[in-house]
Amino acid sequence: MKVKLREIVPFDKEAEEKAIQKDHGLHPDDKYLKPGRIPHIWCPGCGLGVVLTSFIEGMRRKGLSVDQCAVVSGIGCTGRVAGYLDMDTYHTTHGRAIPFATGLALAKPDLHVTVFSGDGDLFAIGGNHMIHAARRNVNLKVLCVNNFNFGMTGGQVAPTTPLEARTSTTPLGNAEPGFNLPYLAHAAGAIYVARWTTFHPRQLVHSISESLGKKGFTFIEAIAPCPTGYGRPNKLGSGLEEMRYYREMSQIRNGADLRDTEIRLREKIIVGTFINTDRPDFMENYMGKVVARARAKGKGKEKGKAA
Amino acid sequence: MKFWRLPLDAEAHTIPHGKVNIIWNRCKGCGFCIEFCPNSCLKESKHFNAKGYHPPEVVLQAEDCVECGLCSLICPEFAIFTELKEAKEITEEDIQKVTIRYSRKDKRYQKR
Ligand SMILES: Cc1ncc(C[n+]2csc(CCOP(=O)(O)OP(=O)(O)O)c2C)c(N)n1
Ligand code: SF4
Ligand code: SF4
Ligand code: SF4
Repeated sequence: MKVKLREIVPFDKEAEEKAIQKDHGLHPDDKYLKPGRIPHIWCPGCGLGVVLTSFIEGMRRKGLSVDQCAVVSGIGCTGRVAGYLDMDTYHTTHGRAIPFATGLALAKPDLHVTVFSGDGDLFAIGGNHMIHAARRNVNLKVLCVNNFNFGMTGGQVAPTTPLEARTSTTPLGNAEPGFNLPYLAHAAGAIYVARWTTFHPRQLVHSISESLGKKGFTFIEAIAPCPTGYGRPNKLGSGLEEMRYYREMSQIRNGADLRDTEIRLREKIIVGTFINTDRPDFMENYMGKVVARARAKGKGKEKGKAA
Repeated sequence: MKFWRLPLDAEAHTIPHGKVNIIWNRCKGCGFCIEFCPNSCLKESKHFNAKGYHPPEVVLQAEDCVECGLCSLICPEFAIFTELKEAKEITEEDIQKVTIRYSRKDKRYQKR
């Protein structure tokens, strides 16, 4: 079969100049961002931009160029990063970022594939993909932005919404406790688990660059303010006030017992790097245990024929 | 508290001074950079930008910025960044300034 490749459009000098006139190219991070896409659509005080800057900085800290990395995202406000980063990105359907990224990571084992998505995308509709990718230890870096609700669709309750928190679909308070994401990721088999808030961008950068150096399934939860969807019904105030709340209420406890890291409304948030271990990843097991045996068997047969 | 001499390893260190650049029309006025700058170098401007927000501006002597880079890391809008202007040798004056600042005589630190 002949594969038709998409024609490569020559670089548009005029468009670049226009973009620079529109303030693009002034910021040192602009070379990681598609020209003409900034300002992004995120609300004032939204923490998603902080996580995006931290991701870019983490990539820079690790010394990775954009062609060594790929970013896959799902649907949601967080999912829009795929449209902002000027590198190989893919904006998948809702919840399917991990299966797409799994295929990418298996086909291109040298690529650093990051899944950058929201809590609703990864743990509601995509929950099963998440736990099974962690169990298999696929070489993926999951960066989950947790804003405790479905931001994009109007602040509905998510699997991470804490007990009694108000959202647009739980106006009298949520009757269900939320997931403890680091505990879940660890139990499912992730080899690196960390949680930071947007008040800890430096630690977040460190965790991201550390996870980019690991071979296997890593999970980082970045807690971010969503003043529009979650802050308003819960009277947490603006994005800045939520950041102040993180400053007051977060406790850094590296290596904490993950049974204690549950988040409750208006209570302390335990942050830190909780798990950092190593075990053979999916590709290593598959090549070493299945492909090697199949090859040995094949060779044995050939020998048998010759004799 | 008063230091009676320079620290012995003063030569091994420098004080970086940064220049703060603000991309005026990108800012959405969230105030993160203003609130979390460790040296309180920024304040909300009285003027509006094209979107109708109040972007930050540099207060007092610009030399207060130590180019820590926190503002550019914490800005969700890619609207602020710093450049290293110079790396200054440590003098006795600087030590004096720092001791005064952290003894909370400095007005900007009293309100915290
Ligand atoms: C199959 C499918 N179901 C539902 C939706 C509607 N939908 C769009 S975004 C979203 C939630 C996203 O929430 P989250 O992942 O937490 O991202 P956030 O917006 O909070 O960053 C939903 C349910 C959809 N686009 N596709
Ligand atoms: S709805 Fe929430 S998550 Fe979405 S852009 Fe606004 S503040 Fe951010
Ligand atoms: S670089 Fe650091 S000291 Fe300078 S303005 Fe930014 S946050 Fe303040
Ligand atoms: S952090 Fe960025 S968007 Fe927020 S006030 Fe400062 S410059 Fe403006």
